[in-house]
Amino acid sequence: MIQHLVDGVLVGAIYALGAIGLTMVMHMLRFANFSHAELLSVGAYAALVFEKLFSALAPPLAAKIGPLSMSLALALAVLVSMAITAATAVLIDKLVFKRIRERGEELSMVFASFGVALIVRNVIGLVFGLGTTLYSREIPFAMVLSLDPLILVRPDQIFTLSAALLLMVILHLVLSRTTFGYSLRAVAENPALAQIAGVNLRRIVIAVWVIGGGLAAAAGVFYGLTNQITPMIGRDLLMPVFAATIVGGIGSIYGAAAGGFLVGLAANLALVILPSGYSPSVPFLIILLVLSFRPSGIFASERA
Amino acid sequence: MIGLLSYLVFFATVATILAIAVLGLNLQWGNTGLFNGGVAAFFGAGAYGTLILGGTPQAGHLGGFAMPYPLALLGGMAVAAALAWGVGRLTLKLRHDYLAIATFGVAVAFENVMRNAEWLSGGAKGLRGFERPLQEGIGSGLAYNALYLAFVASLLLLTYLFLERLVSSPFGRLLRAIREDEEAARSLGKNPAKVRLTAFVTGSVIMGMAGGLYATFYAFVSPQDVLPILTFQIWAMLIVGGAGNNRGAILGAFLMWGAWTASGWALSRHAPVEAQIYAGSIQYVLIGSVIVGMLLWRPQGLFPERLVVSQSGGATRPAPAK
Repeated sequence: MIQHLVDGVLVGAIYALGAIGLTMVMHMLRFANFSHAELLSVGAYAALVFEKLFSALAPPLAAKIGPLSMSLALALAVLVSMAITAATAVLIDKLVFKRIRERGEELSMVFASFGVALIVRNVIGLVFGLGTTLYSREIPFAMVLSLDPLILVRPDQIFTLSAALLLMVILHLVLSRTTFGYSLRAVAENPALAQIAGVNLRRIVIAVWVIGGGLAAAAGVFYGLTNQITPMIGRDLLMPVFAATIVGGIGSIYGAAAGGFLVGLAANLALVILPSGYSPSVPFLIILLVLSFRPSGIFASERA
Repeated sequence: MIGLLSYLVFFATVATILAIAVLGLNLQWGNTGLFNGGVAAFFGAGAYGTLILGGTPQAGHLGGFAMPYPLALLGGMAVAAALAWGVGRLTLKLRHDYLAIATFGVAVAFENVMRNAEWLSGGAKGLRGFERPLQEGIGSGLAYNALYLAFVASLLLLTYLFLERLVSSPFGRLLRAIREDEEAARSLGKNPAKVRLTAFVTGSVIMGMAGGLYATFYAFVSPQDVLPILTFQIWAMLIVGGAGNNRGAILGAFLMWGAWTASGWALSRHAPVEAQIYAGSIQYVLIGSVIVGMLLWRPQGLFPERLVVSQSGGATRPAPAK
């Protein structure tokens, strides 16, 4: 039971990172982006490639950091991967979503995002193979937090949680303390008024994709680090991430963060009563519950 | 020769059944502007419903009510209606993305439950023990398949005629009015949420019928038949054919099903053995590219909706595929 709680918080941090980016896109560009979760796969695989590259170029980097199964090379690769994934998100927007947006067809964008998701997921499968991989073959030892009840936590999970929280704090500071953050929130509140006040809308849209892509890349790597890397990461995390945005209320960044943890907890606690085969259905149950009782989200901001 | 003929009958039967599902989607998306991301669930509800109600008793899972075939098919459609009503009632009042997310979620959950709930659906092994109607009299050869093709083709025709009547009726005008300008429709005293729900359930019932016919044809259904790719295939058929145009939707279904089977055949025949496991991925990329490509370059489809403006002048304009 307590082990489920711990695991829920740890995986919740990953959902939260994905959901923050998704909720920003959904709020700014007004469409449910079904290809967002594929950015997690892009991030996970980009980091895999650069980890190999850095380790080959500078073998000392391949050493593990402390008790983590993560190498210095992977730590650097995460940063590169965040940049690459952000660029991928901007590129997809430029190639597909922007052109449909300019014709003013919101629902067609939802539709197009399904097509984009299919293409990205299967191209990754074609390039990297359909099997699973790991960043490191070594099996990291779990730390025993308590013997009775038995609670195990792997160092990688602790690292993932702290890194995710750090990213969220940085995002919070950027949004609440910088001019850029103010303009971003202004656009979210009222795009027309923000433009009159001199905010460059096009730049803000790019910024939203960059933030969403960067966070998604981190989430993808963290998921790969604590589970495994497959081309199906996007497919498997799509519903949990959507559930987190709906729990938090679409458009609410803090709601999405909290929603991520809540969905992680709920999905893990559900395994106490449900056979594990049913876990892919749990996010949908959460969505149904929220829509039945509080459709604007548990942490609804008045703007949701 | 007989081989080719029976293959053509087989191909036409599946394409006809899928065309019925595309017509159901066209009512939702083409005429009403509702995004249904879970076609596979409503198709599957009809398929499982029909087989469970019409099948012979089986050990180990629900079913075997051995109902007369028309009742079983109607029952399958009712299961699809119930599912659509539940999802629609929760989401149709909200922002349009909620319907997209919830319907996609239904499809994921439906496939997941069918795969796991052995007592209900036979689990991953699927649902067996169904006897195709009239099979004893006709046998299971080409004659039966040709007759079955005639049966599904007449249902396709009936569905088409029903939808054409519906779309040109006052209710059809109301659907388009809500799609184009919800505020204006509301100001005329219409209730958009209720009308949307009606259109959503009707479309899903049609998908459920297609699913029931599909399961009848194979006398078998398993979770492999209700994977999300089915939703994308049906979407691609509609967008290729032209959302809003029922004849386009049918043509799109035959065209895309032809392209899908031809590409599958070409890949299995010409791709090297070690690349065979990637054939599916290549086909998925193709479907995704068709969807994105059509939306970018020809969003109105190959056969656009022909909107007749009911004022004098009778001007037509291409559909703003919304």
